[in-house]
Amino acid sequence: MKYSVTLRVNGKEQKLNLDARATLLNALREILHLTGTKKGCDQGQCGSCTVLLNGKRVNSCLVLAVMADGKTVTTIEGVSSNGELHPLQQSFLSHDGLQCGYCTPGQIVSALGFLNEPWDKTPEAVQIGMSGNLCRCGAYPNIASAIEEIRSSIQEAASS
Amino acid sequence: MNHWIGAPIDRADGILKVTGEASYAADFNFENLIYGIPILSTCAKGKVVKIDDSDALKIPGVLTILTSQNTPEFFPAKSDFGTASQMGEIRLPLQDETIHYAGQYLGVVLAETLESAEEAEKLVKVLVEEEPPILEMEKNLSQAYSPKAFFGEPLPVIRGNFEKAFSEAEIKLEEIYTTPVEHHNPMEPHASIAVWDGENLTLYESTQWVVGARNVVADALKLPREKVKIISWFVGGGFGCKGFIWPHTLLSSLAAMQMKRPVKVLLSRRHLFTTVGHRPATCQKLTLGASRSGKISALKHHTITHTSFVGEFLEGSGGASQNLYDFPNLQVIYQVVRLNKGTPTFMRAPGESTGLFALESLLDELSYKLKIDPIELRLKNYAERHPETGLPWSSSNLKECLQIGAEKFGWKNRNPDPGSMKQGNLSLGWGMAVSMFPGFRSPGSARVKILPDNTARVESATQDMGTGTYTTMKQIAAEILSLPPEKINSFLGDSSYPAAPISGGSMTSASVGPAVEAAAKKALQHLIDTAIKDKASLFYRCSPDDLQAKNGNLIFKTDPSKAETFGEILLRNNLPFLEGEAFIKPDQPDKKYAFQSHGAQFAEVLVDPYLKTIRLNRMVGIFDVGKILNLKTARSQAIGGMIMGIGMALYEKTVYDLTTGRVVNDNLSDYLIPVMADIPSIDVEFIDKPDPYFNSLGVRGLGEIGITGTAAAIANAVYHATGIRIRDLPITLEKLL
Ligand code: FES
Ligand code: FES
Repeated sequence: MKYSVTLRVNGKEQKLNLDARATLLNALREILHLTGTKKGCDQGQCGSCTVLLNGKRVNSCLVLAVMADGKTVTTIEGVSSNGELHPLQQSFLSHDGLQCGYCTPGQIVSALGFLNEPWDKTPEAVQIGMSGNLCRCGAYPNIASAIEEIRSSIQEAASS
Repeated sequence: MNHWIGAPIDRADGILKVTGEASYAADFNFENLIYGIPILSTCAKGKVVKIDDSDALKIPGVLTILTSQNTPEFFPAKSDFGTASQMGEIRLPLQDETIHYAGQYLGVVLAETLESAEEAEKLVKVLVEEEPPILEMEKNLSQAYSPKAFFGEPLPVIRGNFEKAFSEAEIKLEEIYTTPVEHHNPMEPHASIAVWDGENLTLYESTQWVVGARNVVADALKLPREKVKIISWFVGGGFGCKGFIWPHTLLSSLAAMQMKRPVKVLLSRRHLFTTVGHRPATCQKLTLGASRSGKISALKHHTITHTSFVGEFLEGSGGASQNLYDFPNLQVIYQVVRLNKGTPTFMRAPGESTGLFALESLLDELSYKLKIDPIELRLKNYAERHPETGLPWSSSNLKECLQIGAEKFGWKNRNPDPGSMKQGNLSLGWGMAVSMFPGFRSPGSARVKILPDNTARVESATQDMGTGTYTTMKQIAAEILSLPPEKINSFLGDSSYPAAPISGGSMTSASVGPAVEAAAKKALQHLIDTAIKDKASLFYRCSPDDLQAKNGNLIFKTDPSKAETFGEILLRNNLPFLEGEAFIKPDQPDKKYAFQSHGAQFAEVLVDPYLKTIRLNRMVGIFDVGKILNLKTARSQAIGGMIMGIGMALYEKTVYDLTTGRVVNDNLSDYLIPVMADIPSIDVEFIDKPDPYFNSLGVRGLGEIGITGTAAAIANAVYHATGIRIRDLPITLEKLL
């Protein structure tokens, strides 16, 4: 069974005719060819597939694409603008918050979602709030410092 | 000179990775693509009687289902590590009806969409004649065999006279240490996209060995090797399970050739628990004799481990006892039991990680028995030369590692009595262990091209699984060509580039690095030769010895103001590029030195005295791995190794159902790997002294050493906190109750 669905992906309207069984992850990767979003487990256990759905982070492997009809989706491809890295991407780069890079798109998009959630303003909150994104290379300490740099600079900007 | 090698520059492929532009195998898409989803056996031992795919074939979009009934013959590819053609298991897929383990390939669904393929896979009914599987090694010891050799070295290892030294020893200790099956679980599941044009086969793979994959695929399909090309630009982690060639790669290739369309075979997470290897369980009995002063005179390391019925593998745990300390009387013995489980394979520091858990725990036990500080005990047994070969170390800085680590950690403030140190109402435990990994290298080659736009490119059929190869290759070329690294592009993960070894055994830097260096030197030499033959050049008829490269220019050593850019020289001579290619082989025949990396790890744990929850609080790791090529990526890699060691110590264990032989926890919720909240502050430092004899760069490898010793350091810290010795990994709280 196919359904016609409209997704607003990275600011662009996408009218798609989708298999009812297609997950948002598979639709992004196999139909829209936005392969920056990764599949690590396909069952909501690793965070590699994290995207923002109406601004909130979700595991896109757990969302049926038809359920995202009419919603906005931000993937890693939509994080940088006009070829300029987002400060968080730059921070991952300079802190070496990645090795193989496979979990990285999920980590960055998840961190973007995290920074908009009402967590305590502490490094410990980063540790907990980011624990849904697994990294087998063990880039955690560097990922944590990359996010912490952005988190504390937002906090400073807000208090000044 | 010498300022690009070692510099902590950002990862060369970092921008592609943080923007999602890096293409991993499954990211390749082609017109007219077919999706392939494997069908795996749920039975662990028996025979397939019938595969009923009638319901599956009714699903719209399903094209065909490959099973042993309709799969053409594969030709046995050579399985020989030395000739760069090694399969993960000897058996070729879909060729017969026998089932050797749960999770074995029984077929592949080919369909127009992923959704149809996945649904159809669930509808395939397999009728089997089941037999009781053999699943436990301890209960099947009578069936064990003793391997005769390990990588060409005869087994068992007998040094001196263990029996005599043990009977005369003042102190005797015997303990059994066990480690479970562990799975690599890289975040990227394996994928293989095969494109066949009627003559050439191109595979987009996730592999640690593009050359090996090409050779196996070509041989198994009887294609000339030059007609097969493997692309693996980005690999989402491997840790060993993408080293050898596993059946899915052959199945995608065959399907593409049969269907005459591109085929994408995707493994799902559960497939990674049976079809691409694992670290086998070990049961290690260590028997030790020592003097009261702590000098170990006798050691026996007896390892029981397992392999499958369709592959040979030995987890060489005894290597730790063989290569680290000065044990004058030693026996290293193995027994291997065949089980109805998938075929094991290398997993990060195979042998050393399991073996050092046992050995370094045992030394800790001895230190308490003798009331000697654990570091002092290790120094008492320090090997001045390689204990097995008697060769001098090319460079060994174990003592410095111990000393620096102890200082950083604050070891002198440790009260050795178990349970004596507290933090609030929690018990504080401090433990340490030695890390070790032999220095390996293989023949490697590379090509360097200087281009007219004052840039250069470096090519090698090597791999970067997050290990930093893209980055270090360009740093080495930058150093020789005196070009800033941003002017150099690295190309790898393509079997058509100059051949390089498997990315395993921590040997990529030591094997490919010197080849890049030599190739860059040759390219530069060609540039100089071109300039001095060029009438229009400032350097016409100069002696090459008077010239040098400097920041993209060729200059006079004595007068740097006389300069020509590389590009000017090429353009004037109408050269699209100037290249150098090098093949570097380790000089083996005159074995004068022993090469080994060492390190020391220190762990602090907090254990709740009532709930027995274990919290890792901080770790320090000091490593001697020769010259560091990039301090930033090296640090990340060492930390990553230690984190995998933390997983091994506290979380990881693959559980098999003892009736069916199926993996119970074949997913990332039940197979626990460390998450960010589990990871404490980790302080890593390198000795960073070049190995004077290993290769021209002085670099050994560091992919594996980080995981060695971690589990023992944590186990020793847990003992120090609680007085309870856990000899069975992982250390979970119920074991402390
Ligand atoms: S792929 Fe979605 S959480 Fe793992
Ligand atoms: S960088 Fe490899 S899994 Fe995170």
